[in-house]
Amino acid sequence: MSEDWLLDLSHVSVTFDGFRAINDLTLRLRPGEMRAIVGPNGAGKTTMMDIVTGKTRPDCGSVRFRGQELTRFDEPTIARLGIGRKFQKPTVFEALSVHDNLLLALRGTRSPLRMLFLRETPDEGERIAGLLGRIGLTARERLLAGALSHGQKQWLEIGMLLAQDPRLLLVDEPVAGMTDAETMQTADLLRDINTSHSVIVVEHDMDFVRALGVDVTVLHEGSVLTEGTLDRVSADPRVIDVYLGR
Amino acid sequence: MKTSMDFRSVRLAAGLVLLLSAVLSLGSLLPQQGVFSVSPFVVTIVGKYLSYAFLALAIDLVWGFAGILTLGHAAFFALGGYAMGMYLTREIGARGVYGNAHLPDFMVFLSWSDLPWYWMGSEHFAVSVLLVLLVPGALAALFGWLAFRSRVSGVYLSIITQALTFALMLAFFQNGLGFGGNNGLTDFKDVLGFDLHQARTRAALLALTGVFLAGSLMLARWVVSGRFGRLLVAVRDAESRTRFMGYRPDHAKLLVWILSAMIAAVGGAFYVLQVGIINPGEFTPGNSIEAVIWVAVGGRGTLSGAVLGAVLVNFGKTLFTAWMPEFWLYGLGFLFIATTLFLPCGLVGLVGSMGGRAGRNARTDPTPELVEPGRDEE
Ligand SMILES: Nc1ncnc2c1ncn2[C@@H]1O[C@H](COP(=O)(O)OP(=O)(O)OP(=O)(O)O)[C@@H](O)[C@H]1O
Ligand SMILES: [Mg+2]
Repeated sequence: MSEDWLLDLSHVSVTFDGFRAINDLTLRLRPGEMRAIVGPNGAGKTTMMDIVTGKTRPDCGSVRFRGQELTRFDEPTIARLGIGRKFQKPTVFEALSVHDNLLLALRGTRSPLRMLFLRETPDEGERIAGLLGRIGLTARERLLAGALSHGQKQWLEIGMLLAQDPRLLLVDEPVAGMTDAETMQTADLLRDINTSHSVIVVEHDMDFVRALGVDVTVLHEGSVLTEGTLDRVSADPRVIDVYLGR
Repeated sequence: MKTSMDFRSVRLAAGLVLLLSAVLSLGSLLPQQGVFSVSPFVVTIVGKYLSYAFLALAIDLVWGFAGILTLGHAAFFALGGYAMGMYLTREIGARGVYGNAHLPDFMVFLSWSDLPWYWMGSEHFAVSVLLVLLVPGALAALFGWLAFRSRVSGVYLSIITQALTFALMLAFFQNGLGFGGNNGLTDFKDVLGFDLHQARTRAALLALTGVFLAGSLMLARWVVSGRFGRLLVAVRDAESRTRFMGYRPDHAKLLVWILSAMIAAVGGAFYVLQVGIINPGEFTPGNSIEAVIWVAVGGRGTLSGAVLGAVLVNFGKTLFTAWMPEFWLYGLGFLFIATTLFLPCGLVGLVGSMGGRAGRNARTDPTPELVEPGRDEE
C-alpha cells in the first residue's frame, strides 16, 4: 500500500565517479512520523537528503512523496511540494537580519514579480514573532544573521524551516556545535515540531537521538543496516561492528 | 534597516541630482558673462556625467544587489542611445547634406533607395521612446534567460557580457547594418521641433536628465528595499539555498537584469540628446569596465555611490585628459586598485563610517550590532 507512505525511497542508487554513495537504499516514512538516521561518516546520509530534495538525481530507483514521483522535479518544485531542508553546515542569509531571513522563508508567494509589490502584512509580522519565540531569538530579531553564534544560526535555520511550513522536514545534524543544554532544547523543539510535521533527523549525537525517543535507521555504505528503537539498534552486533570498525 | 539595506543616502543623492541639474540649467539661461551664468560647455558636460550615472546605477543594481558582475552593460546604454539617435536622425529630414527628406545621409551615401524595415516608426518620438526601453529590455531578457537558466555565473558571466558588447560593437561598425557604420548617428538638428543648439533646449534637457535620474534612483531604491530586494541579497550570497526554499533565483536575476538594462538605456538616450553623437565606440568593452569602476569608487550596493562615482570619476577624467591625456588609463587603474584596497565600501561607505552608523557595512563588520529597530523602509 504505497499510498500510505509519506516518503518512500525504493531501491535507490547513486554513483559518484564509480563510487556507490547510495546503494539500493529503501527507506520509508509514515505521515506524522519522526525518524532519526545515524551512521558513520560517509554512510550517505546527506546524499540521501540531496536525492529527496532534488539536488542529486539518482541513477536508479524511485522516490515518492505522497505518492508522487520526485526524481523528475528540480529543487524549487520539490520545496513547493512541501519538503524543507536544514543543511549540515548551517546556511542562513548572513547579510539579512534574522527577521528578514524568516520573512523570506515564510510560506507564500515565490514569484519575484509579485514580491516586488509585496509589503509585510501584520499577519506575517505575527507569524514571524511567533517563530522567533519558538526558536528563542526574539531579542535578536534585528540582528544580522551573520552576527549570530553557530548554535543560533542552527536555530534560525530550523525557524526558517518552520516558516516554510513544509509537510516533511529534513534536518541534517542540527546540534553540531551546540552545548549540552542547547542540544536538549533542540530535541524538545524538534519533538514539538513533530506534533504537526513529519521529520527526518540525521545526527551523530546519541544523547540527542535518545532524547528524541523515536525509531532509528542505521545507514552504512549507502544502504540500511538496521532499523528499530535506539536500544535495540545499539545492541545489534553489526551496528557495533560498523562503528568500532572505523 | 541594515546597512546594505540602508538607503537613506539615496534620497539625498536624488535631491542633490535635482538641485545640481536645476541650478545649472537655470544658470545657463542667465546672460553669459554674469557671475552666476553657466557656460554651454558645462551644461553639456554635466549632462553627459548624469547620463553616465544611469549606467552606473544600472550596474549597481545587478552587481551590488544580485552579485552579477556585468562587464558589458554599456551595450544597453548604447542601444538606448541608438534608438534615440534614430529618431533624431529622422528629425533632420531634408536638412542633411544630401537634402533627402526620406533617407538619412549615410543611407544616401550607400545608395540605398529605401529605409530598412527596422527604421519604420523611428520618425515618431513616442515610438522611439518605447524602442529605447524595449530593444535593450528584450536583448537583456533573451541574454539573461539563456545565461541565468543555464546557471552561468561569476567570471563566466562577466566574460560573456564582454563578448556581448564586443559582438555588438563589431556589428555596429558594419555599414550594412544600417546604423551609420563607424560614424554612427550625428549632426542632429532638433528634438520635437526644439532646436538642439539653443541654450533653452539644452537647459531643459539637462533638467530633464536630472529629473529622470532622480526618479531612477528612487525606483531602484524601491526595488531593493522591499521583499524582492531581500530575495536578491539572498540570491547574491547563497543562491542554491534559495532554491530549497522554493525560489527560482534565475527568475529573480532576470527581473532585475531587465530592469537594469532599461535604466542604462534611458541614460544612453539622454546621452545622445546632449552629446549629439552615438557611434559604435560606445560598445567598446573598456567602456563597460570603466563604468564598473565608477560604481566601485562610489560604493557598491549603495545606489547613491554609483551616481556619485560616475559623476566624480568622469569629472576627474575631464580634468585629467585636458592635463595629461596619456596617463588617464593609469590614473583610472590606480583609482580602482586604491579603492579596492583602502575603500572597500567606496566613497559612500567612507562618508557613512565617518558619519556614524549610516554607512557601516554589515558584510565586513564582524561585530554584532543591533540594527535600528523599525520596520522595513517603506
Ligand atoms: N557530489 C559528490 N561528488 C562525489 N562524491 C560525493 C558527493 N557527495 C557525496 N559524495 C561521497 O559520498 C559519500 C557519502 O557522503 P555523505 O555526505 O552522504 O555522507 P554522510 O553520511 O552525510 O557523512 P557525514 O556524517 O560525514 O556527514 C562520501 O564518501 C562522499 O565523499
Ligand atoms: Mg552528512
